[in-house]
Amino acid sequence: MEQFTSSIVLSILLIFASAAFTDNILLARFLGMCSVIGVSNRVNTSLGLGAAVIFVTVVTTAMNYAVYYYMLVPLGLEYLRLITFIVMIAAVTQLIEMIIERLSEGLYYSLGIFLPLITVNCAILGLSLFMLNKPYGFIQTLAFGGGGGFGWFLAIVLISGIREKIDEKRLPPGLAGPGITLIIIGIMALAFVGFSGMIKI
Amino acid sequence: MAGIQWVNILISIGFLTAVGIALTLLLVIAEKRILNYGDCEIDINNGKKKLTVRGGSSLLSTLSDNGIFIPSACGGRGTCAYCKVSVLAGGGMLGPIERPSLTDDEIARGVRLSCQVKVRSDVAISIPDEIFSVRRFRATVVHKKPLTHDILELRLRLVEPPVIDFTAGQYIQLESREYRGREAVNRAYSMSSIPSDAGHVELIIRRVPEGICTTWIFDILQEGEEISLSGPYGEFRLTDTQAPAIFIAGGSGMAPIWAMLRRMREIKDPRPAWYFFGALTQRDLFFVEELRKLEGELGNFTFIPALSNEPPDTPWEGERGLITDVVRRRVPDLPGREAYLCGSPGMIDACVKTLVDLGVAREHIYFDKFA
Repeated sequence: MEQFTSSIVLSILLIFASAAFTDNILLARFLGMCSVIGVSNRVNTSLGLGAAVIFVTVVTTAMNYAVYYYMLVPLGLEYLRLITFIVMIAAVTQLIEMIIERLSEGLYYSLGIFLPLITVNCAILGLSLFMLNKPYGFIQTLAFGGGGGFGWFLAIVLISGIREKIDEKRLPPGLAGPGITLIIIGIMALAFVGFSGMIKI
Repeated sequence: MAGIQWVNILISIGFLTAVGIALTLLLVIAEKRILNYGDCEIDINNGKKKLTVRGGSSLLSTLSDNGIFIPSACGGRGTCAYCKVSVLAGGGMLGPIERPSLTDDEIARGVRLSCQVKVRSDVAISIPDEIFSVRRFRATVVHKKPLTHDILELRLRLVEPPVIDFTAGQYIQLESREYRGREAVNRAYSMSSIPSDAGHVELIIRRVPEGICTTWIFDILQEGEEISLSGPYGEFRLTDTQAPAIFIAGGSGMAPIWAMLRRMREIKDPRPAWYFFGALTQRDLFFVEELRKLEGELGNFTFIPALSNEPPDTPWEGERGLITDVVRRRVPDLPGREAYLCGSPGMIDACVKTLVDLGVAREHIYFDKFA
């Protein structure tokens, strides 16, 4: 029994780590780029957006897991997963927008127009769809969603940290903004390739 | 086989509909509960008026729901910057939309765009006292009378509320309706009617080429139709002194002056007055006979029409030349003169400069600039 519990805990940790590092949704899968390019110029904003994304990924993967295995599969409607997931994510994001507006006005204003970007953040839809490719139970799915979100959080915070350090005034004009961001992401993605193959799930 | 397919289609449609309805309900309930800020108190002008309102909407719409109308022309999008209000407490953070519309000095004084301030807690604001008397009116068009080739007089009969309490020189905001794909807008027009005719409002409106609101008034709006307006706004008015008054206005800028002059006739105001009416040619003049008649009725009033573009060979016997030159020639040299100007920013700036040159004290020059 004890061995069983510890193997569950170990598998959850492994799933979390692989989702966050080896399969980093941003740097290995290149999903969720638009928000990164838009918001990654300040670490503070990135922390907020990243935290919101972690929350959204955990909640949406859990909800989409339940909807898929307890509603779509029994009804034989697996082919509706894409549209169902999109609607679920949009609703949950709206909900989170309301909660953030209520809890922290500062966060609400600093995310500003980017909050709706979470709705169309492909990283979140991507995690929900990838989850179906793996034979996970509910708890493992939570770990997978949380790990994926954490990986995105980690990536955007690292990128914005580097961007804050870069004095953009000294860049060639054509490279300022999105240009240098894509280059940073590219170099970081090379670094993350080093993780690949470390964990096999 | 066909039956099973039908069942499948129905199940999938039913499923999507159910999901849609469930999520919509969830969001509606969440909005009610999460964005419910309860009752908030709005303190206006340091306790002069206190409103208890439901939080959650913008300050602008909350105030207008309670009968306090802040001027606004863009419909709360934060682009016109008319709805500025000093928020003393409880306004929350300065949002990214309003930042470009405010100067550093205004930010230091707590000025905000009331359409961008959300009422989330008790709020203390300060607004000019005049805004308390601003009301929203429904009115019907009595007539659209052409005064010149591009200026008309719009006479409105107030329906609800039936009377307006204002001072000659103030303005109202007219709400145009959507037409031919142009959006509904609010535009400010000075009232040319006199306060004793409280059941009516008259406006003098010049057609602005491609203007959203004036095109609507000239081409779409029909006599007898119902429209909405709010007012009165503005601090342009006659002083309480008996100082000699110099009025300068051209075109539709005559509206507030026309109201002031007729008000002076009504209360037998004895102050000496001069009115310089600047126009391009004779066809741009209007109300000339009425103004000539006023010269007799007011006793101490001189009407000076001045044409800047009249061909030299026409039988015009009045003044010719730029309004500033005519003012320079004809302005009386009396102590304590006061000046009232209405017109475009360019005309007003030029006239203020001329008047100051002529020795009129800058603090005695009052004007209503419209862009």
